[in-house]
Amino acid sequence: MSDAVTLISPTTEARPVLRERGQREVFCGLTGIVWLHRKIQDAFFLVVGSRTCAHLIQSAAGVMVFAEPRFATAIMEERDLAGLVDANEELDRVVDRLLSRRPDIKLLFLVGSCPSEVIKLDLSRAAERLTQKHSPSVRVLNYSGSGIETTFTQGEDACLVAMIPEAPVASEEAPASLLVVGTLPDIVEDQFARLFNQLGIGPVAFFPPRNSQSIPAIGPNTKFLLAQPFLGETARALIERGAQHLPALFPFGAEGTTHWLKAAADAFGIPELHFLAVVAPGRERAKRALEAQKEHLAGKSIFFFPDSQMEPSLARFLSRELDMKLIEVGTPYLNRQLLSAEMDYLPETVTLSEGQDVDRQLDRCRAAKPDLVVCGMGLANPLEMEGISTKWSIELVFSPVHGFDCAGDLAGLFARPLYRRSVLKV
Amino acid sequence: MQLTVWTYEGPPHVGAMRIATAMKGVHFVLHAPQGDTYADLLFTMIERRGARPPVTYTTFQARDLGTDTAEIFKTAARDAFERFDPDLMLVGASCTAELIQDDPGGLARALNLPVPTITLELPSYQKKENWGASETFYQIVRGLATEAPAPKPEGAKPSCNILGATALGFRHRDDVIEITRLLNQMGIDVNVAAPMGATADDIRRLPEADFNVVLYPEIADTAARWLERQYGQKAVRTIPMGFQATCEFVREVAALAGVDPEPVLTQHGSHMPWWARSVDSNYLTGKRVFVFGDATHAMAAARVAKEELGFEVVGLGCYNREFARDVRACAAELGVEALITDDYLLVEETIAALQPELVLGTQMERHIAKRLGVPCAVISAPVHVQDFPARYAPVMGFEGANVLFDTWVHPLVMGLEEHLLTMFREDFEFNDAAGPSHLGGHAKVEAAAKPKPEPEAAPVAAQAATQETISVLNWSPEATKELSKIPFFVRGKAKRNTERYAAEQGLETISIEALYDAKSHFAR
Repeated sequence: MSDAVTLISPTTEARPVLRERGQREVFCGLTGIVWLHRKIQDAFFLVVGSRTCAHLIQSAAGVMVFAEPRFATAIMEERDLAGLVDANEELDRVVDRLLSRRPDIKLLFLVGSCPSEVIKLDLSRAAERLTQKHSPSVRVLNYSGSGIETTFTQGEDACLVAMIPEAPVASEEAPASLLVVGTLPDIVEDQFARLFNQLGIGPVAFFPPRNSQSIPAIGPNTKFLLAQPFLGETARALIERGAQHLPALFPFGAEGTTHWLKAAADAFGIPELHFLAVVAPGRERAKRALEAQKEHLAGKSIFFFPDSQMEPSLARFLSRELDMKLIEVGTPYLNRQLLSAEMDYLPETVTLSEGQDVDRQLDRCRAAKPDLVVCGMGLANPLEMEGISTKWSIELVFSPVHGFDCAGDLAGLFARPLYRRSVLKV
Repeated sequence: MQLTVWTYEGPPHVGAMRIATAMKGVHFVLHAPQGDTYADLLFTMIERRGARPPVTYTTFQARDLGTDTAEIFKTAARDAFERFDPDLMLVGASCTAELIQDDPGGLARALNLPVPTITLELPSYQKKENWGASETFYQIVRGLATEAPAPKPEGAKPSCNILGATALGFRHRDDVIEITRLLNQMGIDVNVAAPMGATADDIRRLPEADFNVVLYPEIADTAARWLERQYGQKAVRTIPMGFQATCEFVREVAALAGVDPEPVLTQHGSHMPWWARSVDSNYLTGKRVFVFGDATHAMAAARVAKEELGFEVVGLGCYNREFARDVRACAAELGVEALITDDYLLVEETIAALQPELVLGTQMERHIAKRLGVPCAVISAPVHVQDFPARYAPVMGFEGANVLFDTWVHPLVMGLEEHLLTMFREDFEFNDAAGPSHLGGHAKVEAAAKPKPEPEAAPVAAQAATQETISVLNWSPEATKELSKIPFFVRGKAKRNTERYAAEQGLETISIEALYDAKSHFAR
């Protein structure tokens, strides 16, 4: 990469994408609650669903959050379905009990599930009713994390869309401001905030906020960067509010981070030389950190099963900055608009796949004999048992991986399984 | 609707998966949306299985609902049959598919597959995981074990089946090995162990055994009763958990098999009875334990706690209502009230109120105990990755009794250490907050207490870990201070006794005198 950074414009040329319908082996959108409930510290997530939903979140979360969690499930029972009791009355009762237990909660999300969607329980009306009842101490919002409509990270997208109407309206006279959209670890937010400050970009706000009382104002002078590639609906809702999207590569690796920051710098009229001076130290640090991981990763082949929609961006990072060979990059959903820059940076030889037929994909994977497979937890140990190294993808959503100072850690997540295999003598 | 923070059991189709995964050559086609595929990780991550569970999910989506979800099911079932070539197919629906009423059974029959296909009715909004496992196993046995056995040749060795072990069970893997070994020592053949490790053909051979050993009634009781009605196979129902129960199990088995129990009973080789009688175990006497889990493990553990370790059982409960009656009877014998609930918050409240010195529970109680600063050992599912040790660690049979002794005693403060803590309350490095000296937990508390650059979550956790439960509401300041001089592992008991004494005596304020009066009162 040359030192001068220019943003590439999206090409119109469509590349072939393998689309499959079959068994999908991915989480539903409820899983996003596992990180969202820690991010927004005065919010509570109440899933309206079945025992399966409760079991899912608990299993996906493992025992990490056994400390009083800020989520729970209102488990529907036979009588809720049989119409013996009004499900809405039941829901009100459950919410009353919950709020009396947790008076510190300021924002309550009613989260729809497969069963609540199928029986068409209207959670938006319930949210309105409960807001009236518990106002002003608690605001009640709703979104769907159901697996018939959302896949894994789409749950966060739906949650953020539900929060946007809560944002104060920034007037047309308001100065230009930057909004960074997508849940980031607190430490990464702080790292980005320092960089934007040094660049002279501000005010900068992050969304979702750490506290529901500080949802940033949004208006026509709000310019936003997406920190995660799975926030297509959120982007659309922000644009409807008048905000301007700054398209860019996603901030993974030195290249992605530079490109992403550059998009903001250009939008805020930051001079090129100043931009380069500010990003140079971080970029150098990132490159140095990546050199160390490169010896494990360069020339190695990798196969992505669909999981978080981060796959194309991560594949771009691994291919361009660590010289990995991409075999197949699967994603549950390919948002061509948001990922157009990423797709232009992917080599022509890679198979892009969207959707899934897990058994066929496993056949392709075994035939390709990749050095490393990125997949969900249901597939990882079975593949390891077959002699194939794996990296479980959920860790990519759960760890600080964005920006210059996490680039080495991100590469390390992929290098560790290979390194481990090389040291183990059993 | 039921407000649930954590759940002890998954939905019934997860129970069905536990059976399918435990068996060989079985495939389960589950009509379910994509989110339900999370269940795979229970097996591949928690149990570290090196193969995917034999389950095909149809993963229908919202856009399919208006069209033909039934066709999706048929395609999935046909493809699964061709790909996996099973000897037995199971079909069923998860909670969402139950609502759309596609009739997986009828659809599967229409496919005319050349292998037996069993339809599972799993009412997700009424029943739970153990029920689902039990029902699935029962339907498989009923569907396949249809032929009465040929008469046994004269002088054939006695044989039995071992029923109930599944995938994701608490120590099932090692229990089956231990009990098989024990039965073999008694000269009894194990005809079939099922569901774990069994094929469809093995299930067909179940009636050939002379009797059944029901290790896990939650899973196998229904099937065993059917086998008894159908083929006259008696069932051994003593759960061989603990030394005495194992001896009773041996006697019961011997009587059914017509063999002599004495050789095995005299050469049991278990260290447990001597470990319990040896003088250094004296300090275990009267330790107050709270026991909670599935009914089978909880009841067995309560008996071991009381009669084989000399603990005092202060609470007993289970989360599976199906066995509530047995647990109530067991609790009544122990003189405590049974706690039958699947409400995690209620269990937490109960433990906090009882202030036991040791909790024997599930992974849920382990977390409650951790928060309350009480030692804990896990005795029952729901399981976590730690409940699948690499080493051989049964909880049943004679070796199982050894394992119970070790795992329950290990979390406690050791005998002489208790005395030292009592004698020198103010030692700066060896005190209550430091925790048992042979366990590492205390280091974390110290580290978290120091001011750190990122003090976000740490101090809260540390606070919770060392939080004192002394209520100063009607305690005089002097008495409160005196109470704090009592070591943490008996402080709860002292506090409870004193408050009870004060209430009985109608005291408004608890003074130092009341504290010691109570001590002598309860020393009777």
